[in-house]
Amino acid sequence: MPALLSSTRRDFLIGSGALFAWAHTPRLARAEGRDPRVLVVVLRGALDGLAVAAPVGDPDWVKLRGDRALVLDGKPPALPLDSFFALNPAMPNLHRLYQAQQATIVHASATPYRDRSHFDGQDVLESGFSKPGSYDSGWLNRALSRLEADSRVNPRGSRAFAVGPVTPLVVRGPAPLMTWMPRQPLPASEDTQARLLDLYVHTDPKLARALEGREDLVALARDGGMDAKPAGAQNPALVGIARVREYAAEVVGSAARYLAQPDGPRVGALSFTGWDTHINEGAASGALAGLLGVLDGAIAAFERNMGAAWSETVVVLITEFGRTARINGTDGTDHGTGTVALLAGGALRGGRVIADWPGLKDANLYENRDLAATTDLRAVLKGVLKDHLRLDDTVLGNSVFPGSADIKPMPGLLA
Amino acid sequence: MVDDRTREAAFALHRFGLGPRPGSIAAIASDPRGALLAELERPGIGAINNPDLLTSAQASRAGFEAQAARQAKNVLAQRAQKEAERLAAEERQGMSEEAGKMAEPAKPAAAPQVDPAATPERQNFLKEVRARLDAALLPEIGFAERLVWFWSNHFCISRDVVPNMAGGYEREAIRPHILGRFADMLLAVEGHPAMLVYLNNQVSIGPNSVAGINRTRGLNENLAREILELHTLGVRTGYSQTDVFNFAKVLTGWTILPPVNNPEHGAEFVFNARMHEPGPQQVIDKTYPDTGVEQGRAVLADVARNPATATHIATKLARHFAADDPPPALVERLAKTFRDTDGDLKEVAKTLVVSPEPWSSPRDKLKRPSEWAIALSRAVGGRGDPQRFVNGQRVLGEPLWQPPAPQGFADTEGAWIDGVGARLDIANNVAQRVAGRVDPGEVLADALGPLASAETRAAVALAETRQQGLVLALMAPEFQRR
Repeated sequence: MPALLSSTRRDFLIGSGALFAWAHTPRLARAEGRDPRVLVVVLRGALDGLAVAAPVGDPDWVKLRGDRALVLDGKPPALPLDSFFALNPAMPNLHRLYQAQQATIVHASATPYRDRSHFDGQDVLESGFSKPGSYDSGWLNRALSRLEADSRVNPRGSRAFAVGPVTPLVVRGPAPLMTWMPRQPLPASEDTQARLLDLYVHTDPKLARALEGREDLVALARDGGMDAKPAGAQNPALVGIARVREYAAEVVGSAARYLAQPDGPRVGALSFTGWDTHINEGAASGALAGLLGVLDGAIAAFERNMGAAWSETVVVLITEFGRTARINGTDGTDHGTGTVALLAGGALRGGRVIADWPGLKDANLYENRDLAATTDLRAVLKGVLKDHLRLDDTVLGNSVFPGSADIKPMPGLLA
Repeated sequence: MVDDRTREAAFALHRFGLGPRPGSIAAIASDPRGALLAELERPGIGAINNPDLLTSAQASRAGFEAQAARQAKNVLAQRAQKEAERLAAEERQGMSEEAGKMAEPAKPAAAPQVDPAATPERQNFLKEVRARLDAALLPEIGFAERLVWFWSNHFCISRDVVPNMAGGYEREAIRPHILGRFADMLLAVEGHPAMLVYLNNQVSIGPNSVAGINRTRGLNENLAREILELHTLGVRTGYSQTDVFNFAKVLTGWTILPPVNNPEHGAEFVFNARMHEPGPQQVIDKTYPDTGVEQGRAVLADVARNPATATHIATKLARHFAADDPPPALVERLAKTFRDTDGDLKEVAKTLVVSPEPWSSPRDKLKRPSEWAIALSRAVGGRGDPQRFVNGQRVLGEPLWQPPAPQGFADTEGAWIDGVGARLDIANNVAQRVAGRVDPGEVLADALGPLASAETRAAVALAETRQQGLVLALMAPEFQRR
């Protein structure tokens, strides 16, 4: 991110997504007496995997990040995962699930995309194709369309289901969609406001003053505990982390209530934005930790609302790429490569960090800047689709992730 | 230079038009000035020919009928409630005291619920909005439509006062004349029922007229004053209170046929001689003999031709199209055309295009909310949703056909710049809806082309999501200004 972004980022997270109903449950899974559910959560903006699961056992770790490194004796201390990795303390729920063998972290993973554009990276992540391009369907949609369905007719199955106004590409495609809108959309995030203000400051001081005036009003209202509604604004401009947390819990909780129903949809997707932490990222506390806390709360809300169906569920949390291994000049990180994929759900054989660890010495870093990617994210996704939904290797390699026959599904992810 | 032409094309689309649609910049790049002039020559430009739309008089009568029907429904409901209360009271009297206490008093019957969105008036309004959105979204440039908006705001009325006539008024009194003669537009406007009601002239009665003698009501100066102050000469241009007073007398009898009981007629202009002040009147150094309705037409024809009117209109046009502080040379050039052509508005519009000042004034005129909102729809290839547009305009402080006062909506930056935060919320909502189908970089290229600054390009390219990139493109200073 260029120097033109100088404002402080605070909280910024927007959720949206889509859930699929399908008319039939997958035949093979049903034959085994299972009724599997999958929720894909796209984390837009490029999540810093090293700040989620820190390689505290790597001798180069603290050297790399200094006082921005998560450590076991930090304040607050990172949560131990195994002898090598520790989790950001903002994610106690994920830690609890990990200890209950219901969460898995795949580290140093990435899609095949090796440039650093958010839009292109998200297209590759969600389309399932190996190169950026203009796609109109995503891998989850194509996976659904290739499932062998059994004959149990779901009366609501002819309609699909979407959460929020933006349908993630990952679930777009030929299958029909139902939509569910949150009660109130979030107004422009503070991140967007900060970026716009920064643009104004550098190009149009009068507009900058006007926009700042509104932000001051919002801050004043927040400090005074008022129901902030600046004159003329359609939505309350108050986007405190509390409002974001409430929104995320509402979106994810609703998704769970639909997925949990016996005749409801079985696969869905959501997206959350705000992970582009170029400035003042923080570590065990700060901006990113605040967001991770929201995500952690959303995972817990999903687990709770799934009820008994949680045991047949896998939640997949993925991002377009990682961030630079080193801290940049504005206490943040820039666009990188390797990162984490997070899996949670009662159907997992969890409690593991899966990583072919590339190391953190200068020579180990991709282009001497990013955590290298040693695991192809498609292997992880294929592993889930194969063992949970029972899609076969050929379908996965040809139509779900086209041209990926040489990427083998990761075995043993499911219980 | 091709690059200069492309830049000039993008500039023209924002400054003179309603913002580029995808492909507009290339479409006019070979000759931007020629394209502007050619739009003015297009047959039927500025008109809305939609047989589904009611005339202002029909709409007014329909509104009157619907209102009357709702009122009757309310009366029936009230009667039914009174009857229910009476029966309940009788029943209680017949019971034991104990049982009577326990009996529920009759619940007030719910008044018949009228969904404001479903009334015929609202449906008619939304049809008018749909037609106006199409007129703004479909043309390649939208210069003529900008002129419609300019004149509609210059001769504004308000839906607060004339709720059902606004769309018809614009189609009947403004659109036919934007490239015609100013005097004709003036006459159409001041004789239109919407204006007569808005500025109270329909109840203005000459004190010495037959109606004035028989009744105690009298003169209302509102229309006469605003014609001189706002519509023609301009404030402090030499006319006196006596001129206003006398002009008001001239205009007595300019009223409307009441919209009652006749499905075929009502809410149309009528000259009522019984209300008209008899005798000659002196208005601005000239005496007008009492020729009935012609007396008013004669005054309007003269004020339309008054040099002060030329200067007033020229100043407002220059402010609208060039800069908040209108360049004096442009004002004089426009005023001269206006004077020399007896108020030929097509010639005045052409002068605007061929003058150097609109092309050389800095590109820092803040778009009004409506200009920005339409430019935004055009940029993302939207068709525009009437309800959403209307709500957005309200949020942004420029409710359609509903200005706060007869001088219309302000045309300078100070009035609008503090609404930039509300624009951000709207841009964010729009971006949420369209992020799945449009690319922010393409929108930036289509909508601004070479006008986009390096900073804006960088901010859009580096946005975290397409949605955010779109918000930044649509909120960029180059897109807020023209």
